[in-house]
Amino acid sequence: MSDPQHSGGPGTVLQASGLRPRSLMAGLAAAAVAVVAGLTIGPVDIAAHRVALQLLDGLPGLTIDSGLSDAHAAIVEQIRLPRVVLGLLVGATLSVSGATYQGAFRNPLADPYLLGIAAGAGLGATIAITSNLGDGAGVFDAVPLAAFAGALISVTVSYVAGHLGGRSTASLILAGIAVASFLTACQTYVLQANSDAFRQIFAWILGRIATSGWSEPALMLPYFVVTVVVVLRYRRALDVLAVGDEEAAALGLEPRRIRLIVVLAASLGAAAAVSVSGLIGFVGIIVPHTVRLAFGSSNRLVLPLSILFGGAFMVLADLAARTALSPAELPIGVVTAFLGAPFFVLVLRTSRREIW
Amino acid sequence: MTPAVRVQDLDVTLDGTHVLRGVDLAASKGEWVNIIGPNGAGKTTLLRALLGLVAFDGEIVIDGLSDRRRSARARKVAYVPQTPVIPPGMLVADYVLLGRTPHRGVFAAETANDRRIAAEVLVRLDLGGFGERTVQSLSGGERQRAVMGRALAQQADVLLLDEPTTALDLGHQQDVLELVDALRRERGLTVIATLHDLTLAARYGDRIAILARGRVAETGPPAEVLTVQNIAEHFGANVRIVDDPEGPVIVPTAAASAQNGDQP
Repeated sequence: MSDPQHSGGPGTVLQASGLRPRSLMAGLAAAAVAVVAGLTIGPVDIAAHRVALQLLDGLPGLTIDSGLSDAHAAIVEQIRLPRVVLGLLVGATLSVSGATYQGAFRNPLADPYLLGIAAGAGLGATIAITSNLGDGAGVFDAVPLAAFAGALISVTVSYVAGHLGGRSTASLILAGIAVASFLTACQTYVLQANSDAFRQIFAWILGRIATSGWSEPALMLPYFVVTVVVVLRYRRALDVLAVGDEEAAALGLEPRRIRLIVVLAASLGAAAAVSVSGLIGFVGIIVPHTVRLAFGSSNRLVLPLSILFGGAFMVLADLAARTALSPAELPIGVVTAFLGAPFFVLVLRTSRREIW
Repeated sequence: MTPAVRVQDLDVTLDGTHVLRGVDLAASKGEWVNIIGPNGAGKTTLLRALLGLVAFDGEIVIDGLSDRRRSARARKVAYVPQTPVIPPGMLVADYVLLGRTPHRGVFAAETANDRRIAAEVLVRLDLGGFGERTVQSLSGGERQRAVMGRALAQQADVLLLDEPTTALDLGHQQDVLELVDALRRERGLTVIATLHDLTLAARYGDRIAILARGRVAETGPPAEVLTVQNIAEHFGANVRIVDDPEGPVIVPTAAASAQNGDQP
């Protein structure tokens, strides 16, 4: 028998796929570029170094003169920074949720939007808003909780209905589309019945990364943390699930329990994202698939990199949304759909080939 | 000697259908037992019960362990499914490392030892240079070896093979079975396989068990079990048995249709 040290393979010691420093640096760089762009570009252009100084000044125990006027300092700290942070959180959460659904359901097209999860969360949030259950502030506000309930109901119905129609990629997505249509119709009904809230909710349906100070990022943060911690903990298990339930069980895992846990975690984050920023589609597909194409298919790298690139993507998409028709703002859902729909077709093509 | 695998009075009911009834089966360490039987006899279900994938009544003891917990079971029994799911984009190295899952636990990373074992398995299966390729990009025979590699990386004493030759041409069928036989001798593996090809089953098995209608109908050395009468009774097939130094050769005869009416 030959010696493993001279196996002739690339490298003599076998290495598992994982997050390499190079790809981690790429993700961090993308997020940094997006943050800088998000803070400096806008109706008022503010130099990057002054923004940096201003932010350092905000740190406890540091006093630095950034040279910005009070008005410009306020734009950076009270308008742009919360918005950038919210974009990072929402983008990261939607992307990592999409990657999780894709892994858990072994379906390249699964994402919060196509599985009807966003629509379910939307209906939940709409009901909460129209019945004056919450004011959108605070972690335990009724709006995100109602959104979460709606998200869970819709993902369950999509999954069960998709299973009844066979276990193919198509049946799950078709079920998701049916569920989304139904829930959207329900939402329209609730809206028509509460026309006074129409404007508020319509703006929300189209998606937006709008903030009034720090309340939205503060609401989003704990959900983001829970989702990311749980999902990353299961990244290796999701790789085992890639061989299907039967074989994963033969390898000693409990696939159903793992799927239940990660889908709950992903839905919690997705629901919170929907409740603060409305229905922003396709992010959960675009980002994970780009990561797979560029870095590899293992969830050990797809999940963490989806967080970084997802955050970056959302901040840049928001930048496009607020500058393309300046001073008017495009709903960000429109921007992501512009990019996402063609991308979706691309994924359909490549999903028959190697990357997924 | 205590058997490596002992199945006693095994009953499995799936969706209200009694698939296995009172199955008894044993395999001693290092033995190769082939399970044959007509379609729907319960062969795959028997393997799935051994893996702890279906609920059962009765007793299954593997290497002295009757624990039904999956991770404990997976350290004792490795499985090569009939049609393995090939995950898109997964590298061969990662795929073989999946075999270390029962040893490392759900959340832990592979240890250096896990990677050494996987590397050694790849070399043993002539896949040494394939670690960085995707499993999908492999040919049928290479793929089958990768699946075998995952099972070997499990370092289980018992290897279950479900129709391991189905998708392969004659040459690759022989390659796979020769490989299993060599590994069995090197590592003292106990092999339980289901096979459709009765001649191959006779050539590569120490013993054959015929599973029919959820029961073990016959069990014994190939020459004793593979008789014209048994094959007619359990497969509804008319065959001629040609004695060959390496074991019986089963030849279907043309008269099958004329006599088929008598078979149950």
